Amino acid sequence: MKEVSLVIIGGGSAGMAAAIEAKKNGVDDILILEKDNDLGGILNQCIHNGFGLTEFKEELSGPEYLSRFVKQVEELHIPYRLNSLVLNITKDKVVTYSNDKEGVVCLKAKAIIFATGCYERGAGAISLPGSRCSGIITAGVAQKYLNIHGYLAGKRVVILGSGDIGLIMARRLTLEGAKVLCVSEIMPYSNGLNRNIAQCLNDFNIPLYLSRSVSKVIGKNRVEKVILSQVDEKMQFIPGTEMEFECDTLLLSIGLIPYVSLLNNIDCEMSSTKGAKVNDYLETNIDGIFACGNCLHVHDVVDFVTDEGREAGRNAALYIKGLIKNSNDHITVTNGNGIGYVVPQKIENLDHESLTFKFRVRKPVNNVRVVFKSNETEVASFIRPVLIPSEMVMLKLNKEQLSKITSKELTVSLEER
Amino acid sequence: MCMYDFIIIGAGVVGAFIARKLSRYETNVLLIEKENDVGNVTSNANSAIIHSGYDPVPGTLKAKLNVLGNKMYDQVCSDLDVKMEKIGSLTVATSEEQMKMFDELLIRSKVNGVEVRLVNQDELRKMEPNISPNALGALFAPSAGIIDPFNLVIHCVENAVDNGVTLKLNEEVSSIEEKDGVFFVKTNKNTYQGKIVINAAGLGSEKVARMIEDVDWNLIPRKGEYFVLDHYKKGFVNHTIFPLPSAKGKGVLVSPTSSGDYIVGPSSEPVEDASDFSTDLFTLNNVKAQALDLVPNIPFVHQIRVFSGIRPTTTRHDFIIESSDKYKNFINVAGIESPGFVSSPAIAEYVFDNIISKLVSLKEKANYNPKVRPYVCLNDLSSEERNFYINKNKDYGTMICSCEKVSLGEIKDLFTRSVPPRSIKGVKRRVRAGYGKCQGGFCSPKVALILAKKLNCSPLDINYDNIGSNVLLEEVKK
Repeated sequence: MKEVSLVIIGGGSAGMAAAIEAKKNGVDDILILEKDNDLGGILNQCIHNGFGLTEFKEELSGPEYLSRFVKQVEELHIPYRLNSLVLNITKDKVVTYSNDKEGVVCLKAKAIIFATGCYERGAGAISLPGSRCSGIITAGVAQKYLNIHGYLAGKRVVILGSGDIGLIMARRLTLEGAKVLCVSEIMPYSNGLNRNIAQCLNDFNIPLYLSRSVSKVIGKNRVEKVILSQVDEKMQFIPGTEMEFECDTLLLSIGLIPYVSLLNNIDCEMSSTKGAKVNDYLETNIDGIFACGNCLHVHDVVDFVTDEGREAGRNAALYIKGLIKNSNDHITVTNGNGIGYVVPQKIENLDHESLTFKFRVRKPVNNVRVVFKSNETEVASFIRPVLIPSEMVMLKLNKEQLSKITSKELTVSLEER
Repeated sequence: MCMYDFIIIGAGVVGAFIARKLSRYETNVLLIEKENDVGNVTSNANSAIIHSGYDPVPGTLKAKLNVLGNKMYDQVCSDLDVKMEKIGSLTVATSEEQMKMFDELLIRSKVNGVEVRLVNQDELRKMEPNISPNALGALFAPSAGIIDPFNLVIHCVENAVDNGVTLKLNEEVSSIEEKDGVFFVKTNKNTYQGKIVINAAGLGSEKVARMIEDVDWNLIPRKGEYFVLDHYKKGFVNHTIFPLPSAKGKGVLVSPTSSGDYIVGPSSEPVEDASDFSTDLFTLNNVKAQALDLVPNIPFVHQIRVFSGIRPTTTRHDFIIESSDKYKNFINVAGIESPGFVSSPAIAEYVFDNIISKLVSLKEKANYNPKVRPYVCLNDLSSEERNFYINKNKDYGTMICSCEKVSLGEIKDLFTRSVPPRSIKGVKRRVRAGYGKCQGGFCSPKVALILAKKLNCSPLDINYDNIGSNVLLEEVKK
């Protein structure tokens, strides 16, 4: 069986960054496996601006952003295969993939980086009430039809969910001549970035209804009407609050979920993000299998995905050189009060210059302290005036703070000031 | 106007098996379906269980044909290249009172001629580690199975068409008149003449029956809502798990499906409108609660879909398989509710032996072939075997659906068949592209474009399901 040092599954922003960084760190024998017909992943269809503010200090479109990384991949002569879907992986890191040129290929890898991105939650996952006719479509699919293939999937549109893709699509569909009637959000706050609410809804007078969701979709062959109802604190519909919209399309932007079903077959420990649990090297509980980007936890900004990809690439290089020592005696990181999840979920080694923790709050909060505690002792705390679930928080603990972790538990939680 | 010996109305599982049965003989058969695909209504949305037949009331047609049908399935699935697995069913008691009901069920099983045995709590727990701690014991019926319901009907009609049956899709029968022993069957597109008409119109069977004469039964459409969970891992449950049956039906089951997913449901409520396939949260929550009583930790985080199916129950509460009172050559095959799916091959035999053979005498074809051309299912193959096919046709190497791992070659092969898909759902039902975790998020645009190419039309004309269910509405100004 052919052997390769590092296989990277997924050639999007995380995978390309990981490959480039691994190469720069001395791994020569890399293979990127991309299931689509281009590198770049979902950025290919994100023709709007706003990418690269952190990475390049300028505002780029998705294709512009990704092309800078494709260029580096080419310049560094990192091999990649397009239209190549991974069919299976094993615990001992045999990767099986398929394409039309090579057929089915089995490779033995020293390390694997998962950079498989995420998928969109659909109508079935939320038991969307009513008809299951045509015209119920996720925002990303409508975006692909529009930006890649040149077709409008809807002309009178109600959008459910105020996630960023939904907001971006509200603007995009409007610019292409569709009528976006409203955006409905079940939570009492929006799940999109503030700049997107301003630029995609407010600028086009598209109303945003909070605490409202779809109580019924009506339609025989294609969507004919969507009924929105107010929900109470328990997310139950309140009778008598129905608003009826005649439309041909219900666009769903109701969440993204890490796409890692290949990990199900190898007993990988999973976290509440539905991605893998990882340690401070972004390594899963399966030796030598790393995860980064949206397949680990869904990011709101691609620049952070790139950064996490680089981190995974660097760590995989260390692993291949035998420089990561797993203690089997790790510290467990848990999300305490008010925190939805924390990455990493485990720490193997406290001997880092610094370690960044990424997390999201469960609901919007003002004027809080984010407290890291080990054994009831405060390791570090950070004051934040505002934290909202739609913005991933990144906090860095330095060497000194890390040295205060004395037990096998580290908890991140919110405290009122 | 062409004259047919037989006109079958409805290409669901019942019409499909009757068509296939008739395709053995020197006779010309027309199969009319109002939908854009075969098996698209009740046959498309049910529990997909090959019931053992221990519980229908002895002496009924349901009891007789269920048991006979079950025995036919090994051969049927081998001929038609359909996935089926006899995993067995467990009907579980959760109270001492329910345990007593097994006595009655054991007697029924014996009369119906179905092999069952009681399993005690320990054995039950070994068979199903995730069963409720309240489960005290179960009735195990090893002959119960799970099947791919979509391809059963599709391959059955394909085989019938391969043997000479004419299929017309998207034609809904609007009236039937009899004149001098010939039926004039009028649809939205044509009028066909037939000597014998078989009404297998499922939810439309009462309407079709009444086109000819008054009948003494009424259809009571009964809706069932279901959850589908992704095949995240094997063995969460290993058998089809039922509660004890009640007046409302077999109750909410929890079962693996033939594709490795898990199915939970159905509810069972009479509905006015037999064309309303909507789901609602109240009903689904009820289904969920009942399922959790049997299997407490069902991982609903892996829920990928909800759906509803409507069963054509009737006021007779048994299958109605008989000639009309007025016209011996007009045969009603109606009220084929649960256990209709499993019974269908036996229903076709019954219709033939007890009715058709008394009306006409038919000669067997010399060149009848009971088998469909085998399908390539790459997921069932080793890497070496896959490469064998990829070497012959590189499309088998190009993967279209990443969740269900479906190749371009498998999709293209469908268009070489006699019942090719005409919609995104048609592709999905045949090869499972779009049936996985992302529900077509990644592959549906690719499938739409492949369809447009194969059907030689614009992507704007591609339907999700029936005609009028267009996916795309307008081309963008370039």
